Amino acid sequence: MNSNLKRRLINKIFVALCTLSTLLAIGMLALILGSLIINGAGGLHLSVFTQDQPSPGMSGGLRNSIIGSIAMCLAAMIIAVVLGILAGTWLSEYSRNSKYGRAIHFLNDVLLSVPSILVGLFVYEIMVRPFHGFSGFAGAVSLALLAMPIVTRTTEDMLQLQPDTLREAGMGLGASQGLVIRSIIWKAAAPGLLTGGLLGFARISGETAPLLFTALGNQFLTFNMSEPMGSLPTTIFQFAMSAYDDWRNLAWVGALLIAMAVLTINILGRVMTRGGKR
Amino acid sequence: MSDSSLSQPSRSDRLFSSGSLGEMIFRSLCFSAATLTLVAMAGIIVSLTIGGWPAFKAFGINFFLSSEWNPVSEIYGAAGPIIGTLITSFLALLLALPLAVGISVFLVEFCPVILARPIAVAVELLAGIPSIVYGMWGLFVLAPWFAHYIQFPLLMNLSSDSWLGKMVAGVPNGANILTASLILAIMILPYMASVFRELFLTVPAQVREAAYGLGATPFEVVRSVIIPYVKRGLIGVIMLGLGRALGETMAVTFIIGNTHSLPHSLFDSGSTIASTIANEFTEATSEMHSAALTALGLVLFMITFLVLILARLLIGKRS
Repeated sequence: MNSNLKRRLINKIFVALCTLSTLLAIGMLALILGSLIINGAGGLHLSVFTQDQPSPGMSGGLRNSIIGSIAMCLAAMIIAVVLGILAGTWLSEYSRNSKYGRAIHFLNDVLLSVPSILVGLFVYEIMVRPFHGFSGFAGAVSLALLAMPIVTRTTEDMLQLQPDTLREAGMGLGASQGLVIRSIIWKAAAPGLLTGGLLGFARISGETAPLLFTALGNQFLTFNMSEPMGSLPTTIFQFAMSAYDDWRNLAWVGALLIAMAVLTINILGRVMTRGGKR
Repeated sequence: MSDSSLSQPSRSDRLFSSGSLGEMIFRSLCFSAATLTLVAMAGIIVSLTIGGWPAFKAFGINFFLSSEWNPVSEIYGAAGPIIGTLITSFLALLLALPLAVGISVFLVEFCPVILARPIAVAVELLAGIPSIVYGMWGLFVLAPWFAHYIQFPLLMNLSSDSWLGKMVAGVPNGANILTASLILAIMILPYMASVFRELFLTVPAQVREAAYGLGATPFEVVRSVIIPYVKRGLIGVIMLGLGRALGETMAVTFIIGNTHSLPHSLFDSGSTIASTIANEFTEATSEMHSAALTALGLVLFMITFLVLILARLLIGKRS
């Protein structure tokens, strides 16, 4: 009886601890989002989107950084989606059971977990150093290198979910393997492929570290991707570490914008995966 | 795939009979894109090695043993950042692991069904927040709070000679090894919790129900049935969490204080490999300074690569 009581007591404590850790995690999310809104929402005026970044003490906005971020992320996503889908297709459709395919699959997993700052160093060595200049292109390439493994992985997984009967049906009608892939398998897996793109996009839109040595940052508005280019994360970094209050306030606004964007993309991706599975 | 010959014709078939020009172009495009992964990986290793070589050559083993990092006199010893990286990552893992297990057990065993999905999504959203946001939050919210409510009272009340007093010595500004580890823990927690949850869900319902049927309490089911069932995978996920903590850059850069000496206490400022590179790389004026930072990058790559290989060996053997 006594030992039974002890068992139940231990179990109660265990349940309480598990519940507590869940509450703690949710509390953390609320705390972080809460302080973003408290510190950032106040500064969220239209001028944030219409004015460029100010000198200390002046008023201004984040237009150049927002545009830089969008330009580099879009360019990166175009590269990453095209290459990632092709690579994922090869892994799933053409390379089955081959040694080289397994090796690439493994390397893609490694690439997926390489610290982003090292990707920045790599792109610096191949694109910035040889041409003696930081550029938006270099920033986009480093972001693409971070998003591509995600797209590749998701594509491979999603294509493998498609039943072989689908492939056989296509081939039975006389279509070549490439035609079957392009017009049957890709279509069937489209929602999954989109999710892969969104996951990759969510990953890179908040990335800071690789942009520091590739796009560098630019306090002026530019659409020319061969010049150094501003981006929201690097501007937040610069402003938050500064000693000026108005810069710090802008950094909070920027952080709020980025967090909202990333969370929206994440939720969108989640909704779509659910749609795709059913 | 059950019968590979159906959708995968023999080699000669693929090359000739089904091979119109378009087919071959498409196939080789796919092949090239996949090969790009190999090229990128090789490129990262080669470029870091070449870039960092001058530093390894100039300082030899002292690059790892010395903690003197002085860009002015051009002496670079990386012990400080390397130790800082290892300490913060292990501390973060130590803090996050019990919480992650707690959350996933709660979601799988105790949570009301209606709440399970929203909570799981909330936890995953926590994983989606960019690291720069964590960094800002750490610098402006966590650090001042920590300095005011924990660090300062401890400094006031503990004698600086006692063992505990030495552990908490440091400038009370909240930017130190422990707060950096705390932020890292918050960052890897949701990732680990959501993968643990998936692992726990792989335990067959019959096994769990059998244990409950014998009269086991939920705690006993978790300890004696679920954890042993997924043990290998569990260790693999822990290694993956460690890998994430090791390479995390921005959040740590904000809050670790960025000094290169070996940390003497939990409340001492320090640096990690990633934070050192992020802080100094664009400002490095001399060739040797860039080389030393690139060499640090190679060290970080090697550490994360080792951890990843270990994780894969552990997870892979499960199936």
